[in-house]
Amino acid sequence: MRVFVEGVGLLGPGLNGWQASRPLLAGDAAYAHMPTVVTASELLPAAERRRTGLPVKLALAAGRAAFVHAGRDAATTATVFTSSSGDGENLHHICATLASPEREISPTRFHNSVHNAPAGYWSIATRSHESSTSLCCHDASFAAGLLDAAAQVAVDGKPVALIAYDQPYPEPLHTVRPISASFGMALVMAPQATDHVFATLDISFVPGEASATRMTDSGLDAVRAGVPAARCLPLLAALARGATAVVILAYGKENHLRVAVAPWQ
Amino acid sequence: MQPLAINHFSIVNSLGAGSGAITGALRARRSGLAACDFETVVLDTWIGQVAGLDEFRVRSDLGAYDCRNNRLAQLGLELDGYAAAVMAAREKYGAGRIGVFMGTSTSGILQTELAYRRRDPHTGTLPADYRYAETQNTFSLADFVQRYLGLTGPALVVSSACSSSAKVFGHAARMMAAGVCDAAVVGGVDSLCLTTLYGFNSLGLTSRAPCRPYDVDRDGISIGEGAGFALLEKTSAQPAAGAMLLLGVGDSCDAYHMSTPHPEGMGAKLAMQHALDAAGLAPTDIDYINLHGTATKANDASEDKAVYELFGAATPSSSTKGSTGHLLGAAGITEAIIAMLAIEQGLLPGGMHTQNIDPALHGNYLLENRDARVQRVLSNSFGFGGSNCSLVLGAGG
Repeated sequence: MRVFVEGVGLLGPGLNGWQASRPLLAGDAAYAHMPTVVTASELLPAAERRRTGLPVKLALAAGRAAFVHAGRDAATTATVFTSSSGDGENLHHICATLASPEREISPTRFHNSVHNAPAGYWSIATRSHESSTSLCCHDASFAAGLLDAAAQVAVDGKPVALIAYDQPYPEPLHTVRPISASFGMALVMAPQATDHVFATLDISFVPGEASATRMTDSGLDAVRAGVPAARCLPLLAALARGATAVVILAYGKENHLRVAVAPWQ
Repeated sequence: MQPLAINHFSIVNSLGAGSGAITGALRARRSGLAACDFETVVLDTWIGQVAGLDEFRVRSDLGAYDCRNNRLAQLGLELDGYAAAVMAAREKYGAGRIGVFMGTSTSGILQTELAYRRRDPHTGTLPADYRYAETQNTFSLADFVQRYLGLTGPALVVSSACSSSAKVFGHAARMMAAGVCDAAVVGGVDSLCLTTLYGFNSLGLTSRAPCRPYDVDRDGISIGEGAGFALLEKTSAQPAAGAMLLLGVGDSCDAYHMSTPHPEGMGAKLAMQHALDAAGLAPTDIDYINLHGTATKANDASEDKAVYELFGAATPSSSTKGSTGHLLGAAGITEAIIAMLAIEQGLLPGGMHTQNIDPALHGNYLLENRDARVQRVLSNSFGFGGSNCSLVLGAGG
């Protein structure tokens, strides 16, 4: 399946936006690990901003940046959200409350607990009535989202934005499911070439195991390995280098994705 | 879209285990709802609980996945000859050519709720037997189902609240159209847990009586649990008469509010229109609408506006949530299967518990069962975050 890449959004540890991160991902500048900077999304009114958790902020910030890069209208674009763990902070609070004698969950916590909370806030913020889905595939959530989004672009012939995000759990869940950093990324993909297209991806679902492509820089590879959503980094590195490359992404136990990346002018 | 064949499906919820039991309960107008006695929950509400799950265990080689949600999944997979049909499909297509697309809202969260009670009083750590990936993670359900059936194609979980297991049909159809797989195991499972019971209660959305969709005095939902699975396969250009088909899938976003539907039913209408468009059908081609019909004031009013605008007041409709309760992430597949049973049996199920239809609602809401030839059904599933999905199912010929 071929898709045309129009825009990228990125927020991660030491990765402060796509343009600023390109030289780091391409290996032209040294990567230094720093906490992820997440700014509240101006897409949401102040009242809503206070009510939303970090995953919503991550998803909205990465998504918005990708649409600005793509020069495309979010209101008319379908979305695929994907995350391994959703809002872990919120889950922790709910489970802690339910284990206490009181058991009174706040209504806001409850409606924010749905895995599609970022998709819901995104549609409200962008006024989009387009098709939207919210996926989970544990460690392979990015790969599952990429394959699903690509199939949608190919079959429906419409642009699709893929938005992947993850947030570390607080303890005690962090010990059983360590996620090392907050991370959000977005890709706006079109079914054909447009003025904003700068690369193509040929995505195949391949049977059999294969070693996933790693990052050359050990710091960046630690981010890749430490955050499910950051499994996208080798793909973003190939896009940053602007040369042809083949990226292998782990998916299921006995399969993987092969992504052939090529620049487009 | 190209219609897809559904030759096999299975279903379990508080009405019973298997298509025969569900049909029998619908015909006999027996509800699965009872006053809430789940776990240690103290709430004045009614639930649709599946019997026997506390004693049930998942297959021993998958013991790490043992939790209420995966038990319910396995129970469903073994009903109606479903797992055997998937084995036959595996022989035919190959394990790597069958995808697994599951919907759930809360997966095995009950396991985490219970583990939090057993945190170490000094360190706060979770008990050593707690299995995050196999139970709590949202993907746990598809992971379990894929391993249980020995499949190696693409797998994912859709978790878009109460539209989850309707949306899976769209994902599977696209993946098949893209040539990534030849067949698909689609379905959904949601099981009772404290998060949803106390959560919906906190929003004032649970009824203290069995839920009464479309009633003038409706006052909220009854939460239920259940599992449903269908096997999607490609079909010939001229499907045999009577063959069960997925004809259309449509989805949309309300873009309005996180937990309240659009007051004019805008997103619901878009989803229904998209499903009809995908099926190449007009509203008059639909013989029965299985409504989302949760029995909240807001949902039924909003859905009715959307249905009335699109279909007028004639098309027979009902919500089966008075029978099953609201199965949340499993509602989509459950009601898709009820739609197929309606077609198979020539039965329009009348909604249960509803006494006086709200005069402000315009739809043709059935209060009694009706025997009729049913060729095509539209099934609605709408969820938090304004996530809407409608399916059109029909018989070939």
